[in-house]
Amino acid sequence: MSVTLSRVEPSVASVGDYVALLKPRVMSLVVFTALVGLVVAPGHLHPVIAFTALLCIAVGAGAAGALNMWYDADIDGQMARTASRPIPRGRITPGEAAGFGITLAAFSVAALGLLVNWVAASLLAFTIFFYVVIYTAWLKRSTPQNIVIGGAAGALPPMIGWAAATGSLAVEPIILFLIIFIWTPPHFWALSLYRTGDYARAGIPMLPVVAGATETRRQILLYTLILAPLGVAPWFLGYTSALYGVVALAGGAAMIALALRVRAEREGHKASKQLFGFSILYLFLLFAMLLVDRLLGALIGHLPA
Amino acid sequence: MNNSADPEQPETSLKLTEEQLRARRTRSIAIALALGAFVVLVFVVTLVRLRSGVLTRPM
Repeated sequence: MSVTLSRVEPSVASVGDYVALLKPRVMSLVVFTALVGLVVAPGHLHPVIAFTALLCIAVGAGAAGALNMWYDADIDGQMARTASRPIPRGRITPGEAAGFGITLAAFSVAALGLLVNWVAASLLAFTIFFYVVIYTAWLKRSTPQNIVIGGAAGALPPMIGWAAATGSLAVEPIILFLIIFIWTPPHFWALSLYRTGDYARAGIPMLPVVAGATETRRQILLYTLILAPLGVAPWFLGYTSALYGVVALAGGAAMIALALRVRAEREGHKASKQLFGFSILYLFLLFAMLLVDRLLGALIGHLPA
Repeated sequence: MNNSADPEQPETSLKLTEEQLRARRTRSIAIALALGAFVVLVFVVTLVRLRSGVLTRPM
């Protein structure tokens, strides 16, 4: 007992290190897509309840990030992109990260259930479970389909937002789910094309590592060809105005053009980097336009006749 | 564990450095603020819920 105790080094972890465990950049995307799901849902939600829902979703996403960093500390240390995370840098011990993550996960799900509703809380719990257990612990190290299936976790926040507002689900949030779900593979595969060495070193079976760059470029194009029409679907199905439709059409066309350039690329990774960067802008634009569309609609609805 | 009963030994052998003490203090303040914010949140949501007519339901 005393031997073990004497080896324990008191923590010098700062608040900032714990914030880094929450993956703030991923969290901001989660909050944004959940906000869109919440705003486009029918009915009126009290602003305090809406804020509470978003806060719980943000903390839940952060908890999933912390648990991911706890489980992946060994491979994070081997990849340039993740080597500066708090656990590989020795700022926080894996046990501390696990305790932090589990506590926040339990608090966020319980608070969302008690203060908002249990449909949203169940979806949040499922999202955390899916990201940590199904994606991080199981799929990530065992199959090149890791991010395809694991992408479901990142695609769920708009559904949680919708469920927070309505207490139920419908076709519209499922389309938002599908957009992010189909967007995830080309987005991450574009990144993995120019980080292949990193993933290979860490032993992660990303598609370019297992099936090669050519097959990855082909798959990126295939998913992008499904993604572009899916992005237009909310307008096609009559959920949005033509304003959204025009942006989705233009963005989808640009995504396909970039995916074609990635497909044709033989030397260097210029097109892959462009596709990776633009894919973030594309998803942001789609969801931002859904938000603008809804707010404009509400504004016009309030104008005197 | 028997060390604490020995009068020859100091009660704690662990001396925190300035940096460790400072880090612990800022972490403690952050936890206190987070818990305080959580209490306020539960209180405000309770007010909103009560005002929206939870108490006027038929018993």
